[in-house]
Amino acid sequence: MSGILRLTNVSKEYPRSGAALRDISFEMRKGEFVFLVGHSGAGKSTLLKLLSMAERPTTGELRISGFSSQSIKPREIPILRRRLGIVFQDFRLLPDRTAEQNVAFALEVTGAPHAQIRPKVARLLTQVGLASKATAFPHELSGGEQQRVGIARALANDPFVLLADEPTGNLDDRATHAIFLLLREINAQGTAVLMATHDVAMIQRSNLRFLELDHGELVHDGTDVARLLADMRGRR
Amino acid sequence: MRLALREVFLAFKRAPLLAMLGITTIAFSLFAFGLFGLVAINIKSALLEIEDRVEIRAFLIEGAKDAQVEELMQGINKIPQVADVGYVSPDSALQRARAELEEFRDVMEGAMLPGSVELRLKEGARDPETVQAISRRLQTYPVVEEVRYGREWVEKLYRIRNIAGIAGSVLGTVFALVAIIIIGSTIRMAILARTKEIEIMRLVGATNTFVRLPYLIDGTLKGLAGGAIAALLSWATVQLVSKNLMTAQFFNADQVMLGIAAGGVLGLVGSWLSVGRHLRRVWRDA
Repeated sequence: MSGILRLTNVSKEYPRSGAALRDISFEMRKGEFVFLVGHSGAGKSTLLKLLSMAERPTTGELRISGFSSQSIKPREIPILRRRLGIVFQDFRLLPDRTAEQNVAFALEVTGAPHAQIRPKVARLLTQVGLASKATAFPHELSGGEQQRVGIARALANDPFVLLADEPTGNLDDRATHAIFLLLREINAQGTAVLMATHDVAMIQRSNLRFLELDHGELVHDGTDVARLLADMRGRR
Repeated sequence: MRLALREVFLAFKRAPLLAMLGITTIAFSLFAFGLFGLVAINIKSALLEIEDRVEIRAFLIEGAKDAQVEELMQGINKIPQVADVGYVSPDSALQRARAELEEFRDVMEGAMLPGSVELRLKEGARDPETVQAISRRLQTYPVVEEVRYGREWVEKLYRIRNIAGIAGSVLGTVFALVAIIIIGSTIRMAILARTKEIEIMRLVGATNTFVRLPYLIDGTLKGLAGGAIAALLSWATVQLVSKNLMTAQFFNADQVMLGIAAGGVLGLVGSWLSVGRHLRRVWRDA
């Protein structure tokens, strides 16, 4: 098992709001499924931003897919991004494009050959269970369906890891469960998943590794859900 | 590249009004520039024509001897700036005056006109300094009574030309800047309207060049279109002026192409500056 992603003593400070992450170290292995949990403002989104190199750590080093936060050049960032799949709480679909156009967008942008785009998009939409709604616009789809489009788009460039920032945050219980199952399925096919959430019940049911952030610090890395439950309750 | 062109086309389709506004403003800036250029080339051709007529006339003393005239002619022939010289004898001066001033034929009966030497200078040697220097040189010959040249004329023409040159450069630069700013701000609007799209492009791994290309093509095409419209408007103006006021010259084919190309360059520069600045802002906020 090799590490695909490693943080070593990573801290991030913002000029105005101060420290968002303090001395974070962890590693993620190939094909692993890891939750990232914590209250809002605990640093989950900051961590995901660092992973996509949208921002750089203030101190410490982040290594991902052979790139180091200390040496990556601006023009290498697009290359890294193509190896990551990013999923958002608010889906971030283009409203004036259909489901298939939204997925195709990710391929067009990377200069994929035209002939390959259509069959690939069809395959991706089938994978996320939306083949029948390929020509629907985002506003014609339910929240869960929109997130499926978002996931299909994230998978378009065959990423080795999927970074999901509260992908079920805007969804009802049923849709949440379905999206979670979809992410598990994708993970089973070999793509690592790092999923930020504050859905403790989901973590409890799945019995998977989770990283707990609290006020920018990594307070737990493991599967000790009892502790997590106590923490979350204690701070409520 | 194909995708970039499609994006440009889509951008036009999505906001045709904005695109038209951009093209029109560029066309008008370049048209203003073009009008000035037309004034400049017409002044220049007028100057050339008038310059061609700049001549120095040395009137000779009464009763000038042939040998003296010969000496003067030889001296003049040695001046390198002189294009041609002609001697007008008192008789032929009288004949010429009679022919030109038909009405005064009677008055001139039996009149005496002084002989003169007329000389024209070579192109490039018609500036006030040279004209003055040569006149002074002619004045040194005893056979020469008086030297006349269109001194004020020459000086005025040159002053007009210099002013035209300076005004042309200044106004040209101002108009070019205006065009760049206008293109820049239409691109800015286009970028702000598509912030979300650009953000997503970046997240799925589009390179900077890829994100920029559609805007650069967009700006360049608008510049070229604006340039073409400006050329058309200038041409129409020349036609209008020629028909109603006076014959005016239009640019030659090379100048027209240069003008349209300048539109393209302005568009490219404007979009380049704007894209760089605004994309950076969009990315920082993302």
